[in-house]
Amino acid sequence: MDAVFKALADPGRRRLLDRLFAEGGLTLRQLCEPMGMSRQAVAQHLGVLEKANLVSTVWRGREKHHYLNPVPIHEIYDRWVMKFERRGLKALYQLKKRLEGEAYD
Amino acid sequence: MTRTEFVYVTYIAATQQRIWDAIVRPEFTRQYWGHENLSDWKPGSRWEHRPAEGGPAKLVGQVIESLPPRRLVITWADPSDTGADPSRVTFELEPIEDMVKLTVTHDRLVPGSDMQRGIENGWPRVLSSLKSFLETGKPLPTWAPAKH
Repeated sequence: MDAVFKALADPGRRRLLDRLFAEGGLTLRQLCEPMGMSRQAVAQHLGVLEKANLVSTVWRGREKHHYLNPVPIHEIYDRWVMKFERRGLKALYQLKKRLEGEAYD
Repeated sequence: MTRTEFVYVTYIAATQQRIWDAIVRPEFTRQYWGHENLSDWKPGSRWEHRPAEGGPAKLVGQVIESLPPRRLVITWADPSDTGADPSRVTFELEPIEDMVKLTVTHDRLVPGSDMQRGIENGWPRVLSSLKSFLETGKPLPTWAPAKH
């Protein structure tokens, strides 16, 4: 679980996950295009995400395809969010939303 | 037609056989999935996914490949979608050190379909509940209604 939190702690890696959420099965080359990061940086981030099991991969021929794997995020949700949510996190979230005029989502 | 796919992975501290049984035996699936998976799991046989509390099947399909306890390939369709080209689910169980890597590949999905939305929401919950069930004996409230 530490690996998941560490992997999620980087904005570039979170952007990669967003990209894979929008479209699964992308190759390293396809992921590099809109990221504004070097190929090496994207490859390194993907390595961290894969190690944390947030990204699953499938080899087809010589191409490695990447998929978002949200299972560990769900495990964190079950362990660290759902439990506390029942006791008022929801109320806090709604207060925050009201104070911020629904701008925050 | 363009089809889309999802690849889900979880590492479970259990044997391949226990994980296999947890997928194909209704007395286990009902505990962490809230449904019973019913079939003799022989290639060509029909399988059904029925609510544990009874009622008609929510999903139906055919067993394509069955290599216990390593690999199971089934088709996966809404029972009302007769005639449509069904989606496909592949379970692969690979021992890695003292754990088993369970990969669930759900492919041949129609992009933007209700089925795609359903499985995207469903698999992470089911797999996380399966892991908890096998490792701690306690399933998660998998199908508890979302509170908003």
